[in-house]
Amino acid sequence: MTRLELADSDWRRVSRKYIVVDLVGTLIAGVVTVAATSIPAWVTQLVWLWAIPGSLAIIFIITLCLTPRRVRSIGYQLRSDDLLFRRGLMFQRFVSVPYGRMQLVDINRGPLARAVGLSELRFVTAAASTGVTIPGLPEAEAEGLRDRLVELAESRRAGL
Amino acid sequence: MSETRLADGDWHRLHPATPLLRGGIAFVAILGVILVNLRDFVINIVVGAPNEEFDPFVWIFEHDFAGLILLAIIAGLLLAVGGFYLSWRMHTFRITADQVEVRSGILFRTNRRGRLDRIQGINIVRPFLARLVGAAKLEISVAGQNANVQLAYLGSSAADELRREILLLASGTSPAPTTTTEGVPATSASALLDRRVNELLAPELAPDAAPPESVVQMHLGRLIGSLVLSGTTVVLLIGIAFGSVIIARTGEFFFLFGVVPAIIGIGSFYINRFTRSLRYSIASTPDGIRVGFGLLSTSNETLPPGRIHAVRVSQPLLWRPFGWWEIKINRASTSEAQGAAGQANTTILPVGNLADVRKVLELVLPGLVDSESLALLETGLRSRGGDDGFTNSPRRAVVLRWFSWRRNGFAITNDSVLLRRGAIWRELVVVPQARIQSLALRQGPLLRRLRLAAVSIHTVAGPVAATLGALDEQAAVTLFEDAAAGAVRSASVDTSHRWRASGEAAAT
Repeated sequence: MTRLELADSDWRRVSRKYIVVDLVGTLIAGVVTVAATSIPAWVTQLVWLWAIPGSLAIIFIITLCLTPRRVRSIGYQLRSDDLLFRRGLMFQRFVSVPYGRMQLVDINRGPLARAVGLSELRFVTAAASTGVTIPGLPEAEAEGLRDRLVELAESRRAGL
Repeated sequence: MSETRLADGDWHRLHPATPLLRGGIAFVAILGVILVNLRDFVINIVVGAPNEEFDPFVWIFEHDFAGLILLAIIAGLLLAVGGFYLSWRMHTFRITADQVEVRSGILFRTNRRGRLDRIQGINIVRPFLARLVGAAKLEISVAGQNANVQLAYLGSSAADELRREILLLASGTSPAPTTTTEGVPATSASALLDRRVNELLAPELAPDAAPPESVVQMHLGRLIGSLVLSGTTVVLLIGIAFGSVIIARTGEFFFLFGVVPAIIGIGSFYINRFTRSLRYSIASTPDGIRVGFGLLSTSNETLPPGRIHAVRVSQPLLWRPFGWWEIKINRASTSEAQGAAGQANTTILPVGNLADVRKVLELVLPGLVDSESLALLETGLRSRGGDDGFTNSPRRAVVLRWFSWRRNGFAITNDSVLLRRGAIWRELVVVPQARIQSLALRQGPLLRRLRLAAVSIHTVAGPVAATLGALDEQAAVTLFEDAAAGAVRSASVDTSHRWRASGEAAAT
């Protein structure tokens, strides 16, 4: 069971610090979700209702354990004519976006990511399903990458 | 009003009947109700019959308010008429060399501009009432959700002329001196009436608008057949069978009343589809393809070249014995006018046989004209699968594609990607490589166990989803890489946003 791999790929990975951001984010989401779903069990005192928060907690713990590997699986590379993006371990996804198709490039900073100086780059094309977001880029790198991509997109601008 | 060129860069006003056509219907209806009531009242006075029911007119008449009320009505009327007139005065548009601009509103001014080289299509809609007075609505769709510039209403012939000129401007040529419009001014009322009747009875597509060999028209029998053999009919039959069983078992007829709304709904669906598709025609013009339909309210739209992002040819099971197909497209703009009327304007061929499909595909995908690609396309439509030019799913995909694994495959031609799916509901998706926005390659745990992968080609949103699952891993990677390279290559040579400029450049 080998994973999908594309030929001659030289992936640039995201910052290791993003593991912490992702871990903390997942942890907060997990605690909130488990707490919210355990309210019915706590109120009604029905034992079997604990199964819902219990199973959710297990899922979140597994996710947390896999987070470092999942973050390491995120990668991107600037090829001569398109941006290639990958993410996912169990559910692998590769996306290729030709530079000329990029309509805009967003930089987002969440509170957690900002604390460790990371940014998130989001690409928008005319297709809603493209959905390419590169998380965990150091701020300077993110801005450099954005400028580079905008420049590339401008030089290869095509119609829709 | 003299018929001048509208696309000359100056501000122009809309058709004078616009207020009446836009909001006037309700106004006329209210007036009608008042008049009907008034008539009863007048009859009552003349005949002298006592009226014991409460009637506002009687009440007004008997309480000496008549003068005051009359005054109020007249004031209201004047205000309404004045408002309509002002809004008509303030609603102006102009077409310059590279954009179309509309100003409207009395207190709250809006100003909307659309760039001509981003035009996705120009639609001329003629609702029945507007057709009667010889007006038409021109809708210029620009890429984006509801990002349309509407000119409602224009004179019928002026709308056609304006569309021609906008397309000419958008195509990238310098506007050639246009021939003067034939429009002989109608002098007498009878001549005017004559012209209206002629316009009303004229064929949907003017015979000189397009070369006749490129025209596809709707076949009446086929249209009826396609409606009878649609999924709705199956649902209807199941419903009837279910209903008769219940009646036979219980002997009660009461619940039938509950079904009445559903029957009305289904009936209006049939009538809607029928009247909309009846005078359907699609033809090739120098500025793109022209799709027209509608019996009472007509609509015809010109899609410039390169505005079609994906095409799906599909065949429901019931249509297969007759060899009928339906064609839908993805496009970058959506028109609200069509969406409301049931059938969205993404259906470009409601029903047609293989010859029609071939013609329409040649129109919408001009890159496919060579015989080899066309043969491949027909294979894609009808073949049962196997070694036929398509790269199909391997045998192990039978777990996921029980019947269609032989047919589930792709092929790449010079400038498009063909995806073939389904053995029972056959369909073929064609995506022009120059219109690919991005591509995705996916593999989940189940697909990995089977050494399969899925590929999606992202285009603008629409009814066509260009996704192919359960492909062999290596084949999927090949498709992903080849289509990505093809998308870049085709996009770099694609100049269809200024379609005539490219032709001129090639000619010189």
